[in-house]
Amino acid sequence: MSSYPEKFVYTKEHEWVNAQDGIATVGITDHAQHELGDIVYVDLPKVGSRVEQGKTFGSVESVKAVSDIYAPVSGEVAEVNDSLTTTPEKLNEDPHGAAWLIKVRMSAPDEIKKLLSAADYQSYVGAES
Amino acid sequence: MIRKVRQHISQNEALLFEETSPGKAGYQLPELDVPSVDPQAALGAPNVRVEIEGFPEVSEVEAIRHFTRLSTWNYAIDLGLYPLGSCTMKYNPRVNEFVARLDGLAWAHPYQPESLSQGALEIIAELESALLEITGMDAITLQPAAGAHGEFTGILLVRAYLESQGNPRKKILVPDSAHGTNPATASMAGYSVQNIKSNAKGMMDVSSLARLLDEDTNNEIAALMVTNPSTLGIFEEDIAKVAEILHAKGAMLYMDGANMNALVGLTRPGDFGVDVMHLNLHKTFSTPHGGGGPGGGPVAVKKHLEPFLPIPRLKRVNEAWTFDYKFPQSIGRVRAFYGNFGVLVRALAYILAHGGNGLKNATIDALMNANYIRRKLEPYYDLPYDSPSMHEVVFSDDRQSKQGVRTGDLAKRLIDYGFHPYTVSFPTIVHGAIMIEPTETESKRELDLFIDAMISIAKEIEKDPKFVLQAPYLTRTSRVDEVTAARRPIVRWRPQRTSSQAAD
Repeated sequence: MSSYPEKFVYTKEHEWVNAQDGIATVGITDHAQHELGDIVYVDLPKVGSRVEQGKTFGSVESVKAVSDIYAPVSGEVAEVNDSLTTTPEKLNEDPHGAAWLIKVRMSAPDEIKKLLSAADYQSYVGAES
Repeated sequence: MIRKVRQHISQNEALLFEETSPGKAGYQLPELDVPSVDPQAALGAPNVRVEIEGFPEVSEVEAIRHFTRLSTWNYAIDLGLYPLGSCTMKYNPRVNEFVARLDGLAWAHPYQPESLSQGALEIIAELESALLEITGMDAITLQPAAGAHGEFTGILLVRAYLESQGNPRKKILVPDSAHGTNPATASMAGYSVQNIKSNAKGMMDVSSLARLLDEDTNNEIAALMVTNPSTLGIFEEDIAKVAEILHAKGAMLYMDGANMNALVGLTRPGDFGVDVMHLNLHKTFSTPHGGGGPGGGPVAVKKHLEPFLPIPRLKRVNEAWTFDYKFPQSIGRVRAFYGNFGVLVRALAYILAHGGNGLKNATIDALMNANYIRRKLEPYYDLPYDSPSMHEVVFSDDRQSKQGVRTGDLAKRLIDYGFHPYTVSFPTIVHGAIMIEPTETESKRELDLFIDAMISIAKEIEKDPKFVLQAPYLTRTSRVDEVTAARRPIVRWRPQRTSSQAAD
């Protein structure tokens, strides 16, 4: 069983957020990568584009399916993890660390209060699977 | 026990590129009896290819044998049950091919004068009226080349209509069980997509839909795109109510007709409130679906959308058919000429060969076959939604995955039993989906062979899951590395000497 870092918050769509000093680092959870299976392609937005909470901002493709990724917070994309385009397998290996997807300069930092704590997310995926 | 197949000899095959002998050809040309011309001088140097690197040079019989041998490695609908069903390709009756190959049709040219094309135009007109009768809609275009193209055309019609009302609106609603093309279409047509969740019955939740429309005080919702029956093979039993809720707010109901094989002759989308829909001639109406098409994706609409249909449209003037371009509100052409004519011919042949009762019987057989499989396999496989099944049944691998065997592994073992795999891992709202659509074509004997194979695999998994995880055993290649193939695809073959570069 995987463990979900306490300092992150989570969405029901299986993204995680690590918010620090107005910048939110966003990724997909270990549960998500496990359910998707071997990830073969990641489609991410450009630096400078805007994302909106609850709206899709990219997609991940596994051998099984293509899945949308939803923005857990609103704001401007400050940084994109370009290394994932050549090594998408990192999303399977280290979803909570090296395989973060984007960093967002948050326009409404209060939005993260709507998201799930590690414990809540853990019980949510426990119920789902 | 494997009953359907046994091993037999099949020949190994190299790539045609590897069979080449320089200078070999499958033709002989007579001696040149006209003055020789330098092609570069005549056509301009950039238009003349000097060298085709590695082009295979083989004789005719070598080329024929190469492709014939390769064809023996294949599985096809003409060899046996294809559990992917009409959604991928159902049986293509030979009468379709016979009709499509009649000289006057096969050799018709789109630039023939209308006076010499009356037969072809009559076929188009007949098909239009047959499809309108089947769908209960008011007007139709046969132009779109396939389903996704039809969806795009349909949503452009919605947009054009709403624009004419003063507000094109912003959003399209799509259930989470939808085909992936639905949200893609909405987005291509400039709409944002909002997902709506299915309820425990695997259907759209009417009360949450009503709430969504109530909250839409700025009239942002343009339409709902729904596949009915859904990708779970479940009929949306509240569909008429759904239409009512949308219409009350001026929003429209789009129906993806991919699963129309479950409805033909039994119920009509036009009667349950659909405003616009597409059909897949290469699914429901038995035209070929393999080898990349071509397909046919007619779009049928209700009266209020008719002025926006693509041009040209057929019109009867003085006892003759003619193309009419005078529709000022039309969204314009979506396809050259009038769609994939050869496909339209086949679809009409299918419809006329069956007749109304025949089509209805085909639908009933399709539903009965799917429900027979459901009943027989229910004791062995988990059924995540127990609403009545229409033309397909969706199990999950829940029971088998506890032994470490997932839907993809099961499908690979099914190949050893002589069947093409079912649809794996779709719809995505079912965890480990096993989607089976037998279609109307299959006999009870073939269905029983399939059912026995699935039961036998379930038993193998209970006894020795590791054995199933190594399958298939009887194929030429077993587990191919699909992950590396997707992550690092090498899409061009190069001669041996440079293969290390190709891998880079």
